[in-house]
Amino acid sequence: MKRRARREKDRIFKLFLVLALLAGVAALLLLLEEVLRKGLPWLDFRFLTSFPSRFPEQAGIKSALAGTLWLLGLTAMFAIPVGVGAAVYLQEFAGRNRPTAFLQLNISNLAGVPSIVYGILGLAVFVRALALGRSVLAGALTMSLLVLPIIIVAAQEAMRAVPGSLRDAAFALGATRWQAVRRVVLPAALPGILTGIILALSRAIGETAPLIMIGALTFVPFVPAGPLDAFTVLPIQIFNWTSRPREEFRLIAAAGIIVLLGVLLTMNAGAVWLRNRYQRRSES
Amino acid sequence: MKSRIRPSGRYEGLIIGVLFLCAVVSVLTTAGIIITLLRETIGFFREVSILEFITETRWTPLFDPKHFGILPLITGTLMITAGAALVALPVGTATALYLSEYASDGVRRLLKPLLEVLAGIPTVVYGYFALTLVTPAIRSLFPETNIFNAAGAAIVVGIMIIPMVSSLSEDAMTAVPRSLREAAFALGATRREVSTGVVLPAALSGISASYILAVSRAIGETMIVTLAAGATPRLTLNPLESIQTMTAYIVQVSLGDTPFGSIEYRTLFAVGMGLFTLTFTLNIAGALITRRYREVYQ
Amino acid sequence: MSSTSNQVLGADGLNLWYGTHHVLKGITLGITRHRVTALIGPSGCGKSSFLRCFNRMNELIPESRVEGRIHFNGRDINDPEVDATEVRHRIGMVFQKPNPFPKSIFDNVAFGPRVNGYRGDLGELVETSLRRAALWDEVHDRLGQSALALSGGQQQRLCIARALAVEPEVLLMDEPCSALDPASTAKIEDLIGELKERYSIIIVTHNMQQAARVSDQTAFLLEGEIVEYGRTGGIFTRPEDPRTEDYITGRFG
Repeated sequence: MKRRARREKDRIFKLFLVLALLAGVAALLLLLEEVLRKGLPWLDFRFLTSFPSRFPEQAGIKSALAGTLWLLGLTAMFAIPVGVGAAVYLQEFAGRNRPTAFLQLNISNLAGVPSIVYGILGLAVFVRALALGRSVLAGALTMSLLVLPIIIVAAQEAMRAVPGSLRDAAFALGATRWQAVRRVVLPAALPGILTGIILALSRAIGETAPLIMIGALTFVPFVPAGPLDAFTVLPIQIFNWTSRPREEFRLIAAAGIIVLLGVLLTMNAGAVWLRNRYQRRSES
Repeated sequence: MKSRIRPSGRYEGLIIGVLFLCAVVSVLTTAGIIITLLRETIGFFREVSILEFITETRWTPLFDPKHFGILPLITGTLMITAGAALVALPVGTATALYLSEYASDGVRRLLKPLLEVLAGIPTVVYGYFALTLVTPAIRSLFPETNIFNAAGAAIVVGIMIIPMVSSLSEDAMTAVPRSLREAAFALGATRREVSTGVVLPAALSGISASYILAVSRAIGETMIVTLAAGATPRLTLNPLESIQTMTAYIVQVSLGDTPFGSIEYRTLFAVGMGLFTLTFTLNIAGALITRRYREVYQ
Repeated sequence: MSSTSNQVLGADGLNLWYGTHHVLKGITLGITRHRVTALIGPSGCGKSSFLRCFNRMNELIPESRVEGRIHFNGRDINDPEVDATEVRHRIGMVFQKPNPFPKSIFDNVAFGPRVNGYRGDLGELVETSLRRAALWDEVHDRLGQSALALSGGQQQRLCIARALAVEPEVLLMDEPCSALDPASTAKIEDLIGELKERYSIIIVTHNMQQAARVSDQTAFLLEGEIVEYGRTGGIFTRPEDPRTEDYITGRFG
């Protein structure tokens, strides 16, 4: 039999798979190398604490960083309670019927709606109809709607993973549904829910397009003092600098990218840390 | 049995009501999107005929003479999507196959977080990547390439959606029962024959769902194309030219100072409606297919 | 069978459906106070589903439907005015597999009293419950530790302590030893003997030696119907129905 040819084919096939895999990894490494090489020399304390400027050597990300933190805080405030609440309702209280199936399909579909469409919604509803203007509040509300499906899906999955036997035990002790959820299901699902929340918030601070839509400004030489102030965020600042033809602006864009990726990396490391901490606590 | 006061159970009904309202927010979001888009789109079509919208080959709402043919934006979007699919579908499928059929646990533990990092990178960063790294590389091969071009953006959009294809496809592949693989191995099949002859066909509906969702994601991608593909709506199939996608047009309008209620302002919603309809259809199709394959194996 | 002071629980014309599947077919049966009643029968005969009727756990299963009455001290627990949580607080349950919450030993036992709004000395109640479940000596110095660190047998006794802490009158046990090793099983069986002083116990078991060892009364179920019910000694030595004899001599099931 042509055993050798067959083995040869197998080897080539595996090589093809590995090469494909490496292509993705190589793209990631190339990107990181490019950004670090160009951006690191510009990244210093002055860059973090200066307002944007027409002169690249004087420009910084103070207002963008502040805007990102504002956006993060407000979005968390809206999206976490509503998202977890919706997940609890769907997973623990809703009947297994048509309306529930519709809600579920609606959520999975919302997760796939392009982010810029949320921007259009935010523009029409929050900026215009509710007259919040081009404020960080309008931005945070828009972002909350955008990340809601992520939180709901993750929280539902985490609660689904809690064994039914624990719910039975709670009910058999005379707990009401809500007591079983609050005292047994939610604590047991907490690590998974937290991971989902952090994932969602990472998405919120990395988004650009919806905030451009609702009119986050590209040149903001001040730090927002309240939720109704105008604002900018890191991704918009990076977008602005990248789209300028002058090479120096591309370099500080790279420096801004390093900061943004740094923030995201910290958040994700936080998620891993939280997950491990809770897992240890519930197992020891 | 006497009825006792249950201090912690008293507000149960109220709590369930509040939780229900949370779930309703998602319905309101969808309704809000549809109503918003529809209202301004209807206003738009009062001034522009649908026939012109879909047959006219020029899109110049922002300067005179105004033309409102969405075709150039559609071809721009499709070119980006096709290019991205060309990159992401083979690479994503191969990655999934490697992770599910070949990789040891250690390799998988190393690679999956890397793919998650790739999925977590903000799109504006990918846009930077397209503009400063990929486009110069293309221009060194094809010197006639425009600084803004479809090819560079398409490749990077493709890289962006690789993790989506690979993780959803891998889910579908791991859902294939082990007994099927063992049956093939017991008949003397090699790992490649098991992968392509058993796993791929059995996971086909899940894999195709991942393709559909990834394509939908590529259609809706905004920042990469805004930064790297250009802002010149043009009816062309040449990937080296500057083009404009539907999403990039929406950004372009909102960056300018278009007066509220003007026809230019309304184009934004008409194009948004097209974008929403397109991605909505694909997402529903993807969700239905995913649900079907889940039913088969669970 | 009428409701007498000697009878704590009783089923009267009880029918149960899961969807279109008719699980229990018109069961009538009285449970004697301070006795251990064993429900035996081949798997799928409906004995666990029957047990779950006594504390209305079946209504947590979608598409389940109950008809007929369950008397508890003379009152029908399926009466719409009766609160299911109140029923479950008076009738405790222990499950097949130990299912401690991922919380501390103390919090596991205190769970029931807390959700039921207990206003007494929680520490004392936890100690009493653990003592009654014969677990106190093994865990009294580590009540703050996670319950998941206990062995399987200890976990099951913790689940018993947890059920006792709400001060029920009846304890339902659904094959409580099926996931345990022989030594742990022996401990739980001894415990059941002690517990019947204070509680009425209904135990589902697929292990006929266990039924013979721990129970005073035995009911044999087959395909959703009671075939035979009486004193355990009688059932195992002189079964009246040939099907009972076939089952206990191991001819089927």
